[in-house]
Amino acid sequence: MSLSVSLTVNGVSRTIVLDDPRVTLLDLLRERFDLTGTKKGCDRGQCGACTVLLGGRRINSCLALAASCDGAEVLTIEGLAQGGALHPVQAAFIAHDGFQCGFCTPGQIMSAVGLLGEGQAGDDPERVREGMSGNLCRCGAYVGITEAVLEAGRVLAGREKGTAP
Amino acid sequence: MSLHEPLPHDSAARHASGEALYIDDLPEPRDLLHAAIGLSARPHARLAAVDLAAVAAARGVVCVVTAADIPGVNDVGSAAHGDPLLAAAEVEYAGQAIFAVAAETVRDARRAARRAQVTYHDLPALLTVDDALAARSFVLPSKTLVQGEPGAAIARAPHRLSGRLDLGGQDHFYLEGQIAMALPQEGGELKIYSSTQHPTEVSHMVSRVLALPCHRIGVEVRRMGGAFGGKESQASQIACIAALLAHHTRRPVKLRLDRDDDMVLTGKRHGFRIDYEVGFDDTGRILGVDFLLAGHCGFSPHLSGPVNDRAMFHADNGYFLENARIVSHRCKTHTVSNTAFRGFGGPQGMMAIEQVIDEISRHLGRDPYAVRRVNFYGKAPRNRTPYGMEVRANPLPALTARLARTSAYARRRREIAAFNRENPWIKRGIALTPVKFGISFTLTQMNQAGALVHVYTDGTIHLAHGGTEMGQGLLVKVAQVVANEFALPLERVRITATSTEQVPNTSATAASSGSDLNGAAARAAAITLKARMARVAAAEFGVPAGEVRFANGAVRAGNHTIGFDELARLCHRHRVSLSATGFYRTPGLAYDPAAMRGEPFFYFAYGAAVAEVEIDVLSGEYRILRADLLHDCGRSLNPAIDRGQIEGGFVQGAGWLTTEELWWDAQGSLRTHAPSTYKIPACSDLPRDFRVAFWAGRSHAPALHRAKAVGEPPLMLAMSVFFAIRDAIAATAHHRARPRLDAPATPERVLLAIAALAAGGGAAAAGVVAA
Ligand code: FES
Ligand code: FES
Repeated sequence: MSLSVSLTVNGVSRTIVLDDPRVTLLDLLRERFDLTGTKKGCDRGQCGACTVLLGGRRINSCLALAASCDGAEVLTIEGLAQGGALHPVQAAFIAHDGFQCGFCTPGQIMSAVGLLGEGQAGDDPERVREGMSGNLCRCGAYVGITEAVLEAGRVLAGREKGTAP
Repeated sequence: MSLHEPLPHDSAARHASGEALYIDDLPEPRDLLHAAIGLSARPHARLAAVDLAAVAAARGVVCVVTAADIPGVNDVGSAAHGDPLLAAAEVEYAGQAIFAVAAETVRDARRAARRAQVTYHDLPALLTVDDALAARSFVLPSKTLVQGEPGAAIARAPHRLSGRLDLGGQDHFYLEGQIAMALPQEGGELKIYSSTQHPTEVSHMVSRVLALPCHRIGVEVRRMGGAFGGKESQASQIACIAALLAHHTRRPVKLRLDRDDDMVLTGKRHGFRIDYEVGFDDTGRILGVDFLLAGHCGFSPHLSGPVNDRAMFHADNGYFLENARIVSHRCKTHTVSNTAFRGFGGPQGMMAIEQVIDEISRHLGRDPYAVRRVNFYGKAPRNRTPYGMEVRANPLPALTARLARTSAYARRRREIAAFNRENPWIKRGIALTPVKFGISFTLTQMNQAGALVHVYTDGTIHLAHGGTEMGQGLLVKVAQVVANEFALPLERVRITATSTEQVPNTSATAASSGSDLNGAAARAAAITLKARMARVAAAEFGVPAGEVRFANGAVRAGNHTIGFDELARLCHRHRVSLSATGFYRTPGLAYDPAAMRGEPFFYFAYGAAVAEVEIDVLSGEYRILRADLLHDCGRSLNPAIDRGQIEGGFVQGAGWLTTEELWWDAQGSLRTHAPSTYKIPACSDLPRDFRVAFWAGRSHAPALHRAKAVGEPPLMLAMSVFFAIRDAIAATAHHRARPRLDAPATPERVLLAIAALAAGGGAAAAGVVAA
């Protein structure tokens, strides 16, 4: 059985024929679209390495069936920088050493973008830590991750008010 | 210059953009096959029949291999033999590899692997350390270290205690699972991409398994997505299976383990059973101590010899043990063979003595930090370790005093006592624990490194060395060392993948030694090149070579200044080689492994931590309220990287001692084989208030640029969390009993310990833990 799926990935519309309806969005991204920035840590929805934004909301792409993403808008780590300028979350992860081995990083960054979009965490470190707790980092770079999310939140809030860069 | 600067990780921008490539991200070659492994369902059995017809017939399958298909030797044991690549006649743990299959897709390969018909003839299985001790089942002979006269000293002591502590193991849970890709090349050569800390060993093992000479095998790794010791020697099995399948199919083969398979197939941190007897005086000074360290090695010796040695070498931690006996049993069980894990047995040894100190303190009703102080290494003769090495310039008294001050330890202990009087259902606890960790491989021959440096005629540098990058920031540190030597900006140095084809015969990147060893080797190569270049400049400008200086991207010879790139071109015109190797071996290691005496370590790394926790008496759940870490990095090569190592090490150590529980069922199957059941720390588990500082004492480190190794030592700072939890549990019984608490201190264990105290269990304690 094959079926055709159309979706927008990082602003580009793509249509693809799937010969297996059980293909996950993660495998679609990595294996068919060569977008290998999104990582596979557990393939079970338990580590967050595969986090992408689907219609602006963060999801574990290893749990989403590609077939169910027809018509969806997907944003991955590769689509985050705009015209060569890093997204504030990316810049903050670099500035605050929000990683060591880097394997969880694309997922952390996408999760952080999603969290900030949800507007729930504010500038409360405790709520940021809670909001990021679905993304495991075995290197334990959580201090840098928390600081990075807090700073990116400030930058983005400033932008909205038009007071910051 | 770049040395000692807090520069970002070499791949920082690539990590943040998603461009950093791990092996599973590399473009897949045409014709790539995917592999899967068939695993044993039984802990100990004879393989009566292995029927793989259905596997071979499954969709997409191209090749199935068993032990019989191995052209060379069926053994991937590193320090010792005894680890079959594929089980031949007998399986010795549930999860052991029996066969491997290569198929057109990952899904085909994994599906096919499940269709094997294996007939097992079960044999008796020993599953726990207790089983092994009862059966006297060991993978290696037991060892004993003795200093002084422990038996007599304990017998004479005014106070005596004995007890037992069980420590669980730990899964590495590197976020990037084990992976290798083997590509046949022309002329029967093999190129292997392996997520390994030890490319040289991978090439040796592939050579052994395929009976191929080493020069036909190239192994490369650019980076790993975490390793923590789990890819020190275990990566070999994965690479060898991919290579074996590539050998038989003449096609490239990738083997990426599924997370569950990774967790059941691969070894972990050694669990330990620790029995102790100690004699001490009224101040808590240890007069004699007797330890039995029983390490849970699993079915084969693997790295268990050096891991258990290191446990013995760290059973003193920072304390002088005038009269000590340390007996080490290396227990053989029918479980996965345990392996290297950050600390390599050291943390388990240190937990033994820290438990003893905590017990003494509770028995006497003295503050544990006070008891620690009276036992710290001091001046001669109180400065000799049980293995006969002198502890020189021990910073722990000053370092812990500073930490006690900056963390307001004494005041907070009083506040906690007051809090605990008011709150029946929430209890708090606090602990200050030190770390002293020996740096060097205890196998002396591993303390060597090589490097290769080229200078191109545009003044840029190509740097290769034997160290591998697993997130610890090694590559940027070594590049800083080289840039500093040439007085060039860091961007001029190109950091390359680690490859056996660039630098041969390397050691594992392990034992925290990566930057000490490889940095020194790379520096040696740079010094050789500088000398050659200086001679050319000297001749050109008519000054003595000794007056040629490299500074700020340029070279000064007398009154002349030329760009580094210009000098490189000048050397080329004069036909002077701009490529050099560098080599380093750690000096001064005088250690007799047979007697376990001498100086196995180049130096010690130190640190200390204060943790405060809060436990919920009704649920056993807890939270780290605050942690203050003070760590000695010597003159840090890169404080940003080192800070990450300290924080991350603490988090990982806290996971080991609190939530990470490995649980095998009665059939010997690991049931905690996925993150749903095996709980590593999440962001929300960070201490609510987390303070990290560097010890600013003068660095006596003898290593490169007076920096100290920092990969492993901070993990043990998390012992403070365990003992703070123990303190909080004791508070439920007003410190009048000593709780029985094993590690990991899961909420269930905490609850059981509280319940036992409430039921009147727990050995007697003096009732006050005063500051
Ligand atoms: S890979 Fe999707 S959550 Fe782990
Ligand atoms: S940086 Fe290694 S897992 Fe997060």
